Amino acid sequence: MATVPEAQIFEIEQFLEEEREKDLLRFTTAGSVDDGKSTLIGRLLYDSRNVYEDQVRSVTKASVNGSAGPIDFSLLTDGLRAEREQGITIDVAYRYFATARRKFIIADTPGHEQYTRNMATGASTADLAIILIDARKGVLPQSRRHTFIASLLGIRRLVVAVNKMDLVDYDEGVFDAIRAEFLEWHPHPDQCYFLPLSALAGDNVVGRSRNMPWFSGPALLEYLETVETGAQAAAIDQPFRFPVQRVIRPNQDFRGYAGQICSGTVRPGDEVCALPSGRHSRIKTITTFNGDLEAAFAPMSVTLTLEDELDLSRGDMLAHADRPLGAAAHFETRLVWLNQAPLDVARRYLLKHTTQLVSARVTAPQRMDVHTLASEPVAALSMNDIATVEIETSKPLFFDPYERNRATGSLVLIDLETNATVAAGMIVQAVAAHAVRHTGPVTPAERRARYGHRPATILVGPREALATLVERRLFDRGCAAVVLHNATEDGLRALEAAGLIAIATGADGPELPDDDARAAEFIVTRLLEADQNFEEGGGI
Amino acid sequence: MARLSYLSTLEAESIHIIREVACEFQNPVMLYSVGKDSSVMLRLAQKAFYPAPIPFPVLHVDTSYKFREMIEFRDWYTAKVGVKLIVHTNREALDAGATPFRLGTARCCGLLKTQALLDALREGGFDAAFGGARRDEEKSRAKERIYSFRDSRGQWDPKNQRPELWNLYNGRVDPGESIRVFPLSNWTELDVWEYIHAEDIPVVPLYFAKERWVLERGDSLISLEQDFVPRLPGEKPTLVRCRMRSLGCSPCTGAIRSDADTVPKIVEELIGFRRSERENRVIDFDQDGSMEIKKREGYF
Repeated sequence: MATVPEAQIFEIEQFLEEEREKDLLRFTTAGSVDDGKSTLIGRLLYDSRNVYEDQVRSVTKASVNGSAGPIDFSLLTDGLRAEREQGITIDVAYRYFATARRKFIIADTPGHEQYTRNMATGASTADLAIILIDARKGVLPQSRRHTFIASLLGIRRLVVAVNKMDLVDYDEGVFDAIRAEFLEWHPHPDQCYFLPLSALAGDNVVGRSRNMPWFSGPALLEYLETVETGAQAAAIDQPFRFPVQRVIRPNQDFRGYAGQICSGTVRPGDEVCALPSGRHSRIKTITTFNGDLEAAFAPMSVTLTLEDELDLSRGDMLAHADRPLGAAAHFETRLVWLNQAPLDVARRYLLKHTTQLVSARVTAPQRMDVHTLASEPVAALSMNDIATVEIETSKPLFFDPYERNRATGSLVLIDLETNATVAAGMIVQAVAAHAVRHTGPVTPAERRARYGHRPATILVGPREALATLVERRLFDRGCAAVVLHNATEDGLRALEAAGLIAIATGADGPELPDDDARAAEFIVTRLLEADQNFEEGGGI
Repeated sequence: MARLSYLSTLEAESIHIIREVACEFQNPVMLYSVGKDSSVMLRLAQKAFYPAPIPFPVLHVDTSYKFREMIEFRDWYTAKVGVKLIVHTNREALDAGATPFRLGTARCCGLLKTQALLDALREGGFDAAFGGARRDEEKSRAKERIYSFRDSRGQWDPKNQRPELWNLYNGRVDPGESIRVFPLSNWTELDVWEYIHAEDIPVVPLYFAKERWVLERGDSLISLEQDFVPRLPGEKPTLVRCRMRSLGCSPCTGAIRSDADTVPKIVEELIGFRRSERENRVIDFDQDGSMEIKKREGYF
């Protein structure tokens, strides 16, 4: 008697064990109005048995007054009333389903051109995008727009789903022509999986279609279950980045820094550098509710303690000492404008980046034409515009280019008056020295905005190796620093006037620690502290 | 290759959200409904600030029609976790005789849940309130943001929600306005149970199957744990092996026939299940699109 239930329990325990091993694929879907996107998702959920009976019943009931046939799959996903009335999806909807191999989160984003911002929203957390194309219509301007936004937001894996193949008699020629046209415009065949299907008829959605024997690739679900986007592996392989979210201080004996690891892996004993202070320490513990860990990696939320009292606060960044990241207050950024109120280059906005909230100005907008990919300078940006801009912040941000690191390369802009989220930004790079747009002479303030620091002269005495090491440390932090051997007073003055940090070797120098690494850290720390405390009007 | 599992990914995301709110708001509160999702949310809050205590109180809106076992569990578990508990009840409406039988479920919920919640948030001066709602629960929730903006009357405008990109949440509000925060947005019912199992999180015993006295009405089983529901002529209680799939007010939450008396058995039952969990909540079927209407009015 007792053995039967025990066997059952064992099976379910095994199932739970397997569940724990499953990974997650987040994908987004984009298509133009009437491309059949909602139908495709409804079909995917229904055919993979991820729809509840009562949901099907309520959809069948809702269709009585509407237009559809037996089961209208699109009604499974079209949630809001206004949408049901208008018959189009107008906001991002998130859907969840699972198969024996994987768990999935779908960001179902509306295809209407005026709702570009929703597509960007859905794509921001996705590792794969399904671009729907109506077989009868071919590649439309919107298809290009969706593909462009997906790439812009860092998605490197596309499923180009040529839908409604049943309406073109499952014609291979139609499919081939669309593929050729698409690749002509988006020449990245390694990133694209072209798939002929019919969401309404169910061809190539869950099972392979018998109506298209000329196509031998996997159906959509099989592809989604097995594709490796490499996104999480990439995040773990990146250098360690940890924005301090909160200081955890329950008593005098414990000071921990709570946050979510943006990228990389960290272990106790690792040498880390804190920004903006530039001070170094080692990881003491990785503390969690379930006990201390021997290693932690992206995207885990953990609490780190350090060997030394560095007194960090929210917005500071921890990185491995040998893999520093950029610090700058002036960047080139790609921007998607999300709000009805246009960009005003004269106003200040709030900028949120990792756990930092700073004041920012946006200048020099160059709007991109997503069809020709050409840019043109414009006075303002309006809703759904995509542009390259320059952003200057009140404090330096600690960043990587978005292309390399989504978490440390992304930002949003917030309107100070309405509190609305008005733009999404992807950092390209710190603004380079030669990209001057002003006509008059370059001012010290402009130099400072460009370099993110004030000019300074550092004397290191005869220690050339130390000079080289200091330059490396400063260079890696995004500073403009040069080494000068046996420099003259005039030479140093000229460098200072140019806004640079001069590291000068010579006969004289201050007293410094004998060890080069310690001396370099001492210099860099003092320099940055001085830069922060500095009153307007001169060098360090 | 190291890779974070699905559940751990969800956990990390939720902890990030909870910490973010605690850092960016003056006075957050966590809505605590005593259900399984609340149990998970409370555990995530413990984890977010460990080894420090949870830095905000939890709020239970008690309609007075809750199951007795829920109230016992609430008092025991919040004390065990060591979090401050605030209980709010719309006494005025109850004194005026508010019951689902007299008012209908829509008005009863409006007074005892929505109104009581808004009053409690206003009285406490809370500028952010965590809720345990999940996007997979119901269609209109699929579009809910993680930070859901509410105007100064606590109302939700589906057309005027802030775009939400990456994990960069915008928590800026003016005085009187607030944000409802849903750290479990991306969890499904199955995920919640799997996490309860993996983390050994206590939940109200009503979730586990046992013989209970119920009234059988159509497909619904009405629990008689508390004697709120007036009998129809000739109606007799029967003893049925059943459990609750979601916990609301006793008169409006149906039980389901079940043998699942452990968490693994509940998971097993769910895998075979093809019914969404809110189906047994009478309130969702009041009107077409009824959850969306309640949300516009301020319901969680």
